[in-house]
Amino acid sequence: MSLLRTEALSKRFGGLEAVRNVDLELPAGEIRAVIGPNGAGKTTLVSVISGRLEPTAGRIFFKDRDITGLSAWQRARAGIVYTFQITSVFPKLSCHDNLALAIQRRRMTGLAGRLREDPAALRAEVEAALARVGLAEDIDRTAAELPYGHQRLLEVALGLALSPELLIMDEPTQGLSNAEIARFCDLVRGIASEVTVLLIEHNMPVVMDLAERITVVERGAVLAEGTPAEIRADAAVQRAYLGT
Amino acid sequence: MSGVLSNRWLLALAVLAVLLVAQVLLPPYHHTNFARIMVLASFAIGYNIAFGYTGLLSLGHAMFFAAGIYAAGLGAQELGLSMPAALAFGALGGLVLALAVGLIALRTSGVAFLIVTLMFAQAVFLTTLYFNEVTKGDEGFVIAEALRRIEIGGAELKLSDPTVRYNVALALFALCYLASIALLHSPVGRVLVAVRENEQRTRMLGYNTFGYKLLAMVISGTISGLAGAAYALLFAYVGSTFASTQYSIYALLWVLLGGLGTTLGPLIGTGLMSYLVDFASDVTSSYLIVVGVVLVVLVLAFPKGVVGTAIERWGRLRS
Repeated sequence: MSLLRTEALSKRFGGLEAVRNVDLELPAGEIRAVIGPNGAGKTTLVSVISGRLEPTAGRIFFKDRDITGLSAWQRARAGIVYTFQITSVFPKLSCHDNLALAIQRRRMTGLAGRLREDPAALRAEVEAALARVGLAEDIDRTAAELPYGHQRLLEVALGLALSPELLIMDEPTQGLSNAEIARFCDLVRGIASEVTVLLIEHNMPVVMDLAERITVVERGAVLAEGTPAEIRADAAVQRAYLGT
Repeated sequence: MSGVLSNRWLLALAVLAVLLVAQVLLPPYHHTNFARIMVLASFAIGYNIAFGYTGLLSLGHAMFFAAGIYAAGLGAQELGLSMPAALAFGALGGLVLALAVGLIALRTSGVAFLIVTLMFAQAVFLTTLYFNEVTKGDEGFVIAEALRRIEIGGAELKLSDPTVRYNVALALFALCYLASIALLHSPVGRVLVAVRENEQRTRMLGYNTFGYKLLAMVISGTISGLAGAAYALLFAYVGSTFASTQYSIYALLWVLLGGLGTTLGPLIGTGLMSYLVDFASDVTSSYLIVVGVVLVVLVLAFPKGVVGTAIERWGRLRS
């Protein structure tokens, strides 16, 4: 069964057609990478899927349900979680409160659940969520105090803490050290059994290492799709990347 | 963690205990002043929930305060409501107005939100003047002494009595103050702060940020309305001055001076400002110049407000 499907999805900004007629089908459990040159429309495409932007035309189905009309927060609740390309955490809040925001949402039912919490239980969950990305010791620091690479990891931890079904990550390894990238790849492989991953990535070793299938986007349209080996051998992709 | 929790409530109880004891120590003039400050600080607490917690910079909160004043004042005078009912009616007035204004004004944000709230407040102010047959316009009206009584059991409490007035003001302040602390440290409060810090991110975490902003406006408007109602009933006067822009700016100043987004800030800010105006007008007739200069100095010395800056320095000392 496909978890996510788009039909003729388009997004136009004035005269610029950033996404053109994209039909994408993502089976549950897959790690899919979206690659393409700068400005190809990758971020626009996933922004439309996550609901940050409204499509100009086309439809989006999630678990065979049409979600085109849902707002971004409704899609997040439905299980589509987006982690930002430009780190977007809560810089003035502690790492604890950053993660607590992601974790507490599921518990906020009824009046009591909205007004009261069990600080010890919450802290334990926050600690576990931070430990997944190696930030457990930073729990009481504010996010702004973390070095850039660790803020990226906090961003990823925020996404994971929402227990997504589809995790869309926009250039997650940008600015990470080699050791952090290796740790990140382990993390993604670890969650891949439960979570479907849509990954925008410029770092080709990461793409080739993680992705089961790759979709190549150029000038807003899908240029090619296939396994890493197929994509590597694809003449059109080589042209798009290397020129003729 | 539980230590922090109890510290928070211990500080609040200490503040309330000081205010409770103060009434037997204060000379009559300051006694009345304190009662007034506690009611206005409750209004500031309401404002702080919108601006301080949630980042909604409104310049129209006088309309919610005035909604409470008129709902309670006219409710008592024209509809014959009892004092508790008039108080509740005032809070309801603030709630309904905040819901209506919020639904429209929250479609904007930032400077546009500031202007839209300012315009709504101006419309409310002009409405109070337009219907001057009912409201008595900027001259206002005095709520009859005979109406300002609460019967409890067989006993009758007169709101004009200084002791009753002080303790009703204290009870109101305690309610708003404790509720604001509970709200700030609840899951909902965490979301409100998140909306202030990064609304887009909060939305992508699955929160309906419009709904939370509306909730903040409604809570804020209800508390402001309740404070307005208490002001009308305790000080017996209802007039359109309270709906003027001046009172919206006061709320902003009190909160900024005390410490934006801090729970104790509204009381400190309102108290400081009130006594500042008091002392300055003793010294010179052009007291607003003095007030202005002192405010500038205070803001420079305490960029995050008195309480906000204190927390920052004290926090730094601890760590």
